[in-house]
Amino acid sequence: MWDYTMKVQDHFRHPRNVGNIPDANAVGEVGNMVCGDALKLYLKVDEKTRKILDAKFETFGCASAIASSSALTEVVKGMTLEEAAKVTNQQIAEYLGGLPEEKMHCSVMGMEALEAAIKSYGAGGKPVTHEEPEGKVICKCFGVTEEKIRKTVAENRLRTVADVTNFTKAGGGCGKCKGEIQRILDDMLGNKPSAAPPEAFSQLTMVRKIHAVEEALAREIAPNLLADGGSIELVDIQGSVIKVRLAGMCRSCPSSGVTLKSFVEKKLRELLDPAITVEQAE
Amino acid sequence: MKEIYMDNNATSRVADEVVEAMLPFFSEQYGNASSMHEFGGQVQRHINKARESVAQLLGAADPGEIIFTSCGTESDNTALFSALRSYPERRHIVTTRVEHPAVLNTTRYLQSQGYQATYLAVDGEGMIDLEELRSAVTENTAVVSVMHANNETGVIFPVDKAAEIAAARGAVFHTDAVQSAGKLPLDLKRSNIDMLSLSGHKLHAPKGIGALYVRKGTRFVPFMMGGHQEHGRRAGTENAPYIVGLGKACELARKNVETENTAVKALRDRLEKELLSRISNAKVNGGKSPRLPNTTNISFEFVEGEAILLMLSDLGIAASSGSACTSGSLEPSHVLRAMGVPFTFAHGSIRFSLSVYNTAAEVDFVLEKIPAIIERLRRISPFGKNGKRPQEAGVCREN
Repeated sequence: MWDYTMKVQDHFRHPRNVGNIPDANAVGEVGNMVCGDALKLYLKVDEKTRKILDAKFETFGCASAIASSSALTEVVKGMTLEEAAKVTNQQIAEYLGGLPEEKMHCSVMGMEALEAAIKSYGAGGKPVTHEEPEGKVICKCFGVTEEKIRKTVAENRLRTVADVTNFTKAGGGCGKCKGEIQRILDDMLGNKPSAAPPEAFSQLTMVRKIHAVEEALAREIAPNLLADGGSIELVDIQGSVIKVRLAGMCRSCPSSGVTLKSFVEKKLRELLDPAITVEQAE
Repeated sequence: MKEIYMDNNATSRVADEVVEAMLPFFSEQYGNASSMHEFGGQVQRHINKARESVAQLLGAADPGEIIFTSCGTESDNTALFSALRSYPERRHIVTTRVEHPAVLNTTRYLQSQGYQATYLAVDGEGMIDLEELRSAVTENTAVVSVMHANNETGVIFPVDKAAEIAAARGAVFHTDAVQSAGKLPLDLKRSNIDMLSLSGHKLHAPKGIGALYVRKGTRFVPFMMGGHQEHGRRAGTENAPYIVGLGKACELARKNVETENTAVKALRDRLEKELLSRISNAKVNGGKSPRLPNTTNISFEFVEGEAILLMLSDLGIAASSGSACTSGSLEPSHVLRAMGVPFTFAHGSIRFSLSVYNTAAEVDFVLEKIPAIIERLRRISPFGKNGKRPQEAGVCREN
């Protein structure tokens, strides 16, 4: 049995926003019944403010597919299309307090439906079906292209073939493409330009450390938390340990611990230094 | 909440009588059956009695044809490896596309070691074609392994006839009877079956005990190397408590075969018939083939199996599914795919497997609850609105 979080179970048993919106002006579709999961996302967007007034979904799939769809609608409601365009599959998974690794592709499906819906708005509301990035098909069982694998690997910092299967399904059928997936990973991990900034974080003076962290928080982290009614402030820095305080909605959110580690820490490591640890200030 | 257990093809409740029979062999009669002293020697007599009981259930000519193993998988591995090692000049294996992984993956491994393999197809009702078998078996075939009854659909294969075909070419015939033992009458002394695998935990004995029948005169090479136990055919100290338990379970199963085919079958038939009449777009997989009396595999179109199972689980109902999300492989069950069950149905397949412990009231409860679950999930699903079926197109492979 899968180890689903309480939040996944809740969104599966009591999915929010099920159904369709008859006068939707953005409709995105992804997946099909053959593959085992499919999601149809309906949005009602205010034409003046470009705010998402309402979001509904119809999903064919397992418990985590239903929960991810439900979470997606809750996450995007109230966002502008520009804000929604930045929603990542990690955000959907984090909203649910995490998904089993093998089920991460459900969150990817949510993100793809959202991308398709945003395109649909631009196309006058005509339903748009998500299309795999063009390119060479690596996994013939699930029709996954090299571009999609590369994109998902980069966005989710994947390292192993099993990760790629969990996030994209590629390699999860007959398994013949696993060698090719490994070659893509080798290529990406081997030739990847260093993500570290020119100057190592640990070598910076305290003032510059503070500036670097403040800037990263303001630019990359706070806007995402704001979407959930939360905020974040820097409290202290000791070596590579960064102490922050989550406020607003985050304070009472039971998954704030998850947010701290799997989002804030991950992001700061990505932007500043892989050695960084983020802690909640007392 | 009371558990309603309808997943007996996965594993079954250990019978109270079995537990009772096993208990003395943990802290009282714990001697080693191979010892020279009476304290151990008495254990050997209980093991022999259990061997007789297993032989009786299978209709074997001689208890000496029964070897105790640790599980069905060990029995299957032993049978395949023994046949290949006994006939090293023969390099070919014939089996089916719908075998249990214990046979299927072992055969695939053997292929990687240089053996050839033929996997028999099944038709839309899950049945093999004996003519295909006849043309597949050659003078190069060392072993033919065809399961007696399929674990997912319950479809029964004509193993007696298949064994004759194998015998005509001098190939060893093995059958995985893990699901059928105790549910179908067996009479091995009147058949050409050379080897048969059995698992304890499917017939109300505990997990961790199995048996392999090896017909007298069949060439045999052991799988486990070591001591002289089981007449040198399976090394390792005899698992006395579990062997005694299996013996007791086989004794009970022999008495219960008739109940399985009358009372249990009646419950299964009612469950199946009523589900089909209460829920639209549902179909039984393998329903037109001869089947185990306790098993039904039903597909509900437009919904996904894992979601159904979790909603059933919330009500204390235990069943299983052949959907991709539950298989761990991202693809639906290899059995349903081999049968050519459309993906729209395969993802929504649910298997109910009953036992003598199930009651009519339990079947009523399940019948009362399932329609609403399917209805709820269909409301969430983008498919099947107005009875419309999506085109079975898409990038996913159909084979």
